[in-house]
Amino acid sequence: MLKGGVSLDFSTILYQGLVGLNLAMYLWLIAAGLTIAFGVLGVLNFAHGSLYMLGAYFAFSLYGAWKLNFWLAIFLAAALVGVVGLIMERFFFKYIYKLDEAYQLILTFGFVLVFSDVVKIAWGGVFTIPPLPDIFKGTVGILGRPFPVYNLFIISAGIIVAIVIWVLLERGWWGKMVRATASDREMASAMGINIATIFTSVFVFAAALAGLGGALSTPVRVVDPGVGTAVIIQAFVITVIGGLGNLKGAFVGALIVGLVSAYGILLFPGVELFLIYVIMALVLLIKPKGLLGG
Amino acid sequence: MARTNPARNISNSSRIISLSLLGFLILILLGVPLFASSYVCWIIGNVLILILFAAGFNLLFGYSGLLSFGHAGFYAVGAYVCAKMLMTIPSLPLALAAGVFAAGLVSVVIGFFCIRHTRIYFAMLTLSFGMMIHSIIWKWRAVTGGDDGLVNVPVAPLRVPGLLSIDLGRAENYYYFLLTLVILGIALLWRLVHSPLGLVFQGIRDSETRVAFCGLSIQKYRLIVFTISGLYAGLSGALIIPLIKAADPGMAHWTFSAEPVLACLLGGAHTFAGPVVGAILLYVIKELIIRFTEHWSLILGVAVILLVLIFRGGIVSVLEKGLLPRLIGFFERGVKVDRSPGS
Repeated sequence: MLKGGVSLDFSTILYQGLVGLNLAMYLWLIAAGLTIAFGVLGVLNFAHGSLYMLGAYFAFSLYGAWKLNFWLAIFLAAALVGVVGLIMERFFFKYIYKLDEAYQLILTFGFVLVFSDVVKIAWGGVFTIPPLPDIFKGTVGILGRPFPVYNLFIISAGIIVAIVIWVLLERGWWGKMVRATASDREMASAMGINIATIFTSVFVFAAALAGLGGALSTPVRVVDPGVGTAVIIQAFVITVIGGLGNLKGAFVGALIVGLVSAYGILLFPGVELFLIYVIMALVLLIKPKGLLGG
Repeated sequence: MARTNPARNISNSSRIISLSLLGFLILILLGVPLFASSYVCWIIGNVLILILFAAGFNLLFGYSGLLSFGHAGFYAVGAYVCAKMLMTIPSLPLALAAGVFAAGLVSVVIGFFCIRHTRIYFAMLTLSFGMMIHSIIWKWRAVTGGDDGLVNVPVAPLRVPGLLSIDLGRAENYYYFLLTLVILGIALLWRLVHSPLGLVFQGIRDSETRVAFCGLSIQKYRLIVFTISGLYAGLSGALIIPLIKAADPGMAHWTFSAEPVLACLLGGAHTFAGPVVGAILLYVIKELIIRFTEHWSLILGVAVILLVLIFRGGIVSVLEKGLLPRLIGFFERGVKVDRSPGS
């Protein structure tokens, strides 16, 4: 028996692991886009968490308010966030690639401010969580405990996205060009790759990933204008733990942060938020460039 | 082509102009409580604190080339410790000292982890650790009051036993106390920037390798500059307590960490006066926006985006390059001022 009367048997450990895995998948979707955009464009986007938030708001309107089909709503929400990303890259980010990092960060911070107010103006009010689509209603018994079907769906969706990203980047012509651009912009340009187009497509892809994460959270988590700044911090912790600009690292980092948060609530209630920073500090001490950083 | 060095002329005359401007400014600031309401004193007090915060921050950002997004954390440590002290022992000097000391301690520990990296990595690390402080303040309800913060913090009079006792609860009195400390703080910073230590900081910013070849430990000096700027943040946070008589978790949030960054960029990070001017501008802009619309975050965000896209380099460097040489030319007819582009 532990403090607070939690008995730590096998089923609790497994159950809480699934809870952590579920959380990790949302974080993974955010960290993946952040990492891809940083790896190719070289810009760390503070507003990436805000894109996640936008995805959640879009999905809320499409699915919750306008009663669209769940799958269509999720797809449209992610696509709309992709369009927002397109506008950001084409009209703003395009001009800052050569600037000092301080200016890049501050520009993306400007977007954080803008988005947090825009969603207040556009959506305002207090939110209700829309009901789950019928196929995801109910729970499955895992070692005698009920586990929501939707959470299982999220876990598999996160893994599917990881596979899709891997296939896109490692197995296709687009991925080849993206990787070439990431490793040497000038050389890639000399080989006839249109860098500007690659940058735009990568950023749109990254934005859509964040939007997808936000959209998927709609039926289970309440969204508010503070979500954007909250999730970006977790995404940063993940990238520091996994290694900046490393996709595998982002996945591992997301798993660690998700699991640590879930078990932290169980074992050290009250300080679970603090725990992920301790992990981050430990990783920094032992491997300053992150677990998978080169 | 041998040229007379116009830079020297400019620097000499600009020093005279700058000094007289500074003296004038201090005179005005000293006179404020005589002809303005205590509300004006309160506002200028707020600006003074932001100036101190931004100037101390610029030692790290502008002079050492390290962009921190976590200084709100140190500011909050200073503020909360000062408020907690005032609630237990009614002595402002003690409370201020405790706040500054605690902020310094925290910045040494966090700095130890952060200075292993530079540039974007450093920005992310400071942001994350700053938010760690935020989450501690948020969660540690018994001590920090959680999301309610600490309210109704009493203001202790400034007492020197047997000599004087000044009621700092009056806005005018606290204003003078604050003004004195801020001027001292800025003067100390000026001295520091122009000392050998300040040169080391700038050297590390410009070329890490060369400074390392001189036999200096980069990490040690980075930790020193990080701690000094953390101390300034802590002092600023502690000084705000008698003014607003409350502390809230928003002080530690990373969106507040952006304020000194914005002040430095707005004014110009590579000048000493930049953050001072930038802090004033930032405060004025925010006040104006709040007065006209509740959507200050949207307007400020747009302003920030435009600032980066269109108006880089900051006000002070624009003044130095464009306006000041002209002023000097006006004052010193006969002395030729080199106004060729790029000089």
